[in-house]
Amino acid sequence: MDGALNSFLLLSNFVLVPGMAYGSQLAIGALGVTLVYGILRFSNFAHGDTMAFGTMAVILVTWLLQAWGVSISPLPTALLALPFGILATIVLLLLTDRWVYRFFRREKAAPVVFLIASVGVMFVMNGVVRFIIGPNDQRFADGERFIIKAREFKRLTGMNEGVAFKTSQGLTIVTAVIVVAALFWFLNRTRAGKSMRAYSDNEDLALLSGINPERVVMITWILAAALATIAGTLYGLDKSFKPFTYFQLLLPIFASAIVGGLGNPLGAIAGGFIIAFSEVTVTYAYKKFLAYNLPPDWAPDSLMQLLSTDYKFAVSFVILVLVLLIRPTGIFRGKAI
Amino acid sequence: MIEVKDLHMHFGGIHAVDGVSLSFEGGRITGLIGPNGAGKTTLFNVIAGLHQPTSGQVLLDGADITGLKPHELFAKGMLRTFQIAQEFSTLTVRENLMMVPANQSGERLLDTWIRPAQVAREEEQVRAKADEVIEFLEISQVADELAGNLSGGQKKLLELGRTMMVDAKIVFLDEVGAGVNRTLLNTLGDAILRLQKERGYTFCMIEHDMDFISRLCDPVIVMAEGAVLTQGSIDEVKANELVIEAYLGTGLKNKPEAVS
Ligand SMILES: Nc1ncnc2c1ncn2[C@@H]1O[C@H](COP(=O)(O)OP(=O)(O)O)[C@@H](O)[C@H]1O
Ligand SMILES: [Mg+2]
Repeated sequence: MDGALNSFLLLSNFVLVPGMAYGSQLAIGALGVTLVYGILRFSNFAHGDTMAFGTMAVILVTWLLQAWGVSISPLPTALLALPFGILATIVLLLLTDRWVYRFFRREKAAPVVFLIASVGVMFVMNGVVRFIIGPNDQRFADGERFIIKAREFKRLTGMNEGVAFKTSQGLTIVTAVIVVAALFWFLNRTRAGKSMRAYSDNEDLALLSGINPERVVMITWILAAALATIAGTLYGLDKSFKPFTYFQLLLPIFASAIVGGLGNPLGAIAGGFIIAFSEVTVTYAYKKFLAYNLPPDWAPDSLMQLLSTDYKFAVSFVILVLVLLIRPTGIFRGKAI
Repeated sequence: MIEVKDLHMHFGGIHAVDGVSLSFEGGRITGLIGPNGAGKTTLFNVIAGLHQPTSGQVLLDGADITGLKPHELFAKGMLRTFQIAQEFSTLTVRENLMMVPANQSGERLLDTWIRPAQVAREEEQVRAKADEVIEFLEISQVADELAGNLSGGQKKLLELGRTMMVDAKIVFLDEVGAGVNRTLLNTLGDAILRLQKERGYTFCMIEHDMDFISRLCDPVIVMAEGAVLTQGSIDEVKANELVIEAYLGTGLKNKPEAVS
């Protein structure tokens, strides 16, 4: 019995808690991708680097606040800097739209043209971020690191295995709940949100009903900027900030959005957790877990890891390919791509 | 009143509309009939601003409205419905109706923050209007249903409702009756007649169902091969040799009644 409980705690510590946090980060990232797809009808490859830009802006403001001695310990200072980061990213995306995408909208360009334009935007944003903050790892998490440490958990419960719960993980999950609730309230309850859904649903009728497409597009970029900055900052607090990592995140984020059904916000959330848990469970080493549950002389010598963490992105890739082959519209039936 | 003067609409070599001159009188329900491919939908599309005509003019109460965009015509009280009903499938019927009036402050992100009272007041007015429309069309049982789940006929009613949200003056209906069952067709016909009598709407409708036309339309305009063949009351039109010939020429059976 103790073995079962201990192995559950073990899984909670290494799979459940990290999976929840990573899943929330992917979900918020995928929501940005899916909104842009639903309204502007293209896959925005620059979303990962938008996240990097937003996070960089948050980090710069965080450093400034830290230099001024402003703190909201035990919470990380980055939380205070977040609104400024979002603002900077909104400005960036609205300028990008004015300088790049609006031209193609007027030309009524095909979605693939937008997609390629977004790849260009991605490279530029990537360059800007590296130019400003450099290509290296940056740590900006301060405040209390843990809500509960593994050692403390063991002491309190007297179990063999402890569950550690990092502040960044708790913060991520709480923020995700708030962000998702706010977004759905906006889309379902406000007129601006409904006009976005109407536009995504039936563009011709929306135009005929006098819905201003430029306004809908602007609101979409504002939401995308906020979502990207929040997702990026939470990821950065949880792990660390490195521009290249954010570029790599593009794959699991797109996988999440597509698995759930591109253009469908609920799908993006479900997809985020599916991808996160697949990645975490496949790369987890089950040696200790099996030791708890098998007779002692059966216990394995190897790590019992299905896939090295170096290859974790392969998981998203395989799931992505499978979904595209079997059910291209995703679980929640987004727009077929 | 809408006047169309020597209108041409060519798609490459196809003269879909080939020199049409006609007028739709204010306050009447004008029927537009003709065999398939006669150019009726294309004529509607040009009048409603979906196509730029090759040549010719469209006048609304004497003012030139040729080539105006759909939403500009919308602002002038001119609306069209589609041969295949259009709706926002993921919004409810009531929300669909509430989407119609353009330029509400609630659509501007900033206003929802700095002028919440005005936004709420406008929202309230629009909701009241939507409720009135729902009552008029007797569709309260599906008011909170997603529009995507409606039957074909109910969607047509919703299209009519949309025109009522802005008190449209002139409404173009493209095959309202297509794919609608008898009962709903009667409801639809009643609603159209009441809108004309009680609210002074002008209707122009493309329709194939002769009973429906007999009941609602006067006058009836007949088109064939991109041009106006004749016009008059439904009985005059039915008796016209040219009309019978036009329908014969398409290989369909020999009377307008038989055309589906
Ligand atoms: N967008 C278009 N491009 C090319 N040809 C068209 C287009 N729209 C209509 N046509 C042609 O114009 C003719 C008239 O079509 P239409 O107006 O739909 O007729 P009706 O509504 O009377 O059945 C048909 O020959 C049709 O193929
Ligand atoms: Mg037609």
